[in-house]
Amino acid sequence: MSAEQSGSSTAVETPASGVMERFSYDDRIVRQFILATLVWGFVALLLGVFIASQLADWRLNFGISWLTFGRMRPLHTNAAVFAFAGNGIFAGIYYSMQRLLKTRMYSDLLSKIHFWGWQAIIVSAAITLPLGFTIGKEYAELEWPISIAITVIWVVFAVNFFQTIFKRRERHIYVAIWFYIATVITVALLHIINTIQVPVSLWKSYPIYAGVQDALVQWWYGHNAVAFVLTTPFLGLMYYFLPKAAEKPVYSYRLSIIHFWSLVFIYIWAGPHHLLYTALPDWAQTLGMVFSIMLWAPSWGGMINGLLTLRGAWHRVRTEPILKFFVAGLTFYGMATFEGPLLSIKSVSGIAHYTDWIIAHVHGGTLGWNGFIIFAMVYWMVPRLWKTELYSVRLANVHFWTGFLGTLVYIISMWVAGITQGLMWRAVDGTGRLVYPDFLETVLKIVPLYYVRAIGGGLYLVGFVIMLYNIYKTVRSAPADLKDDVVSAPRLTRNTIENLGKTPHRMLEGLPVVFSVLTLVAVGVGTMIEIVPTFLAADYVEANPLLKPYTGLQLHGRDLYVREGCYLCHSQMIRPIPSETLRYGEYSRAQESMYDRPFQWGSKRTGPDLARVGGKYPDLWHYRHMMDPREVSPGSIMPAYPWMYRDKTDFAIIQKKLKVMKSLGVPYTEVEVRFAEQQAREEAKLIADQLVAQGAPKGTEEKEIIALIAYLQRMGQDFKKGLIQ
Amino acid sequence: MSIIYVLLPIALFLGFGFLALFIRMSADGQYEDLETPAYRILIDDEKITSENQLEKGSIHVS
Ligand code: HEC
Repeated sequence: MSAEQSGSSTAVETPASGVMERFSYDDRIVRQFILATLVWGFVALLLGVFIASQLADWRLNFGISWLTFGRMRPLHTNAAVFAFAGNGIFAGIYYSMQRLLKTRMYSDLLSKIHFWGWQAIIVSAAITLPLGFTIGKEYAELEWPISIAITVIWVVFAVNFFQTIFKRRERHIYVAIWFYIATVITVALLHIINTIQVPVSLWKSYPIYAGVQDALVQWWYGHNAVAFVLTTPFLGLMYYFLPKAAEKPVYSYRLSIIHFWSLVFIYIWAGPHHLLYTALPDWAQTLGMVFSIMLWAPSWGGMINGLLTLRGAWHRVRTEPILKFFVAGLTFYGMATFEGPLLSIKSVSGIAHYTDWIIAHVHGGTLGWNGFIIFAMVYWMVPRLWKTELYSVRLANVHFWTGFLGTLVYIISMWVAGITQGLMWRAVDGTGRLVYPDFLETVLKIVPLYYVRAIGGGLYLVGFVIMLYNIYKTVRSAPADLKDDVVSAPRLTRNTIENLGKTPHRMLEGLPVVFSVLTLVAVGVGTMIEIVPTFLAADYVEANPLLKPYTGLQLHGRDLYVREGCYLCHSQMIRPIPSETLRYGEYSRAQESMYDRPFQWGSKRTGPDLARVGGKYPDLWHYRHMMDPREVSPGSIMPAYPWMYRDKTDFAIIQKKLKVMKSLGVPYTEVEVRFAEQQAREEAKLIADQLVAQGAPKGTEEKEIIALIAYLQRMGQDFKKGLIQ
Repeated sequence: MSIIYVLLPIALFLGFGFLALFIRMSADGQYEDLETPAYRILIDDEKITSENQLEKGSIHVS
């Protein structure tokens, strides 16, 4: 080892006794993650445009079960969040962390396992979700075997990540890495806690939480998935790639420190803003609301820090597409993080929740912020990693403008749709009656906007394809031999680690383990305070001996409801808002969902709330409605479910389901479990016979539709029978 | 709902704990070097290109 003394231009704070070491960065893995980002980005966007078109014209599912909205929508969200954004994050992290820490990744093998494992998970998601294998919780749909695989691969990544930090050659840990650390730790925590499931079979499982608890855990997860998958890593990436692209240091390093800690601490509390006006205890709702509003400050701290980094470089924004993407991305981030706290205010949520306003909000964040940051990063990295020039700056500019226009068209159309529908739902006339009692009327009003939205998404996709072409041409012009560059940096001696800076924060930066633990604590506090009480369930969902759990057939029908993704269009949660109780009946109580695994409160009302639909219509109505909703609801945009009239109910599995439920504490008797299959068959026969009496064809008792109807007719019955106060 | 009487103080304690940490760090003038890290990342690594040097076994590919 040749020991060159200091004098290196790489380190401002070269340690006195630094031993120069030569090494190379693993750029191959970064290139692979970039290509994966591009492939899955295309898939995710295409799926988005596809399901957007289905809402405009339901026939676009071509009558194929696995192409229907309820099954494609989870695939779209998972592809967008975990495949497109996920691979993009990994690409950016692997690129920047090696350079920031002046070391190669700890293990090339672990990097490879991480890459291929992640792709395998995505492929398995792309197969199982259309087949209807789902946990039924948004953004956490993947069934237990895949869910376990995610944990394993994430741990592989985490080990590789932290070991790389341990063997770094740069004493100081730059702000971007902090954000990555928060991401790696928190995502693991979120994922594991939210998807503790008890398997029934290879592709079916039930969560250990039920009802209110499940809802709270799920939205604690859902909200923080937004925080720690779509926000913190992207802020980290922004803190590296933006200064690099602008060739300017970050505006304020101090601000970055403050904004990091406050963001991590506050974000974790905000989850309950997804559950305002629900059966969640009031104090938890208020807590979520207050913290959501507080989030505004650190979020804008990040945005301002990013935008001001461009001071003195604004003239370059005019010509350089990469900076354009950054500026627009940060602006959309600022917009979305202003809108978020606004939407968390109870009275605003009252109008906006369950409408397309939320969809607009989400896409301002994903298309505008996440997408644009990834595009900026890709345009910046690809020429460097393939050692060539970008094929066309002009095309990149065209991409920017198409993407920008597409995003605006998308957001604006959904704002209008959301506010229109929200106002129609709550319109009450002077005599105290609903102005639009027919839900369908409020849907048909906004269908034209669904077309506009599909066009917006289409534009964004066109922009993306332009980028694909541009990158393809760029990569084609790369030299055949892409050797990793060799660089050198002084070794970080034990001594220098111990002599870390005098300030507490500097010391924290030097000690990744301590730092990680502290991050975990910050995140853990919010977690505990919101979730622990729900484990003490007796405290607030009083056991009600009058309430009978679902019969085997109803339970099975409920699982079909989950399988078909009905919850993606229907809520089961009536809020205590006058117009809402007028439309749907008494507001929902916590007890009503105490046996619901998973809870199905929903987050979007493309169709009406179903919490009290049981008994509202005769069985035959449902029979005809599910066959083709337009038969009973002319103009409906709900898909038809003809296969439920062909496919047979799997009666054999029902016993297994009751067993698992019983083990989770649902009060089924031994007899009910033992004769589960027989009882379910009898119940199905009864419903089928009644249907025949009402005029339906014979021989339906073994068909899935019967189980579904059994479930639909059960909904809200406990309340109607006066079993719940 | 009695659990809230335990949880709220813990939450407040921790929240103010973080705040106190920040105030202390700022008041002590602890952030004296808030400049170099921001600049340092802009300096690109020096690439070593000579093949000879590579073969001397001095590369520490780690
Ligand atoms: C693409 C969104 C969408 C999906 C997915 C969807 N629905 Fe609907 N649903 C609607 C719309 C819109 C209406 C209102 C018009 C109508 O009655 O068809 C509706 C109405 C209903 C109604 C009548 C409610 C009432 O009070 O009048 C029921 C019951 C229903 N859906 C059940 C289901 C079930 C069960 C599934 C899953 C198998 C499902 N829906 C999936 C959009 C959807």
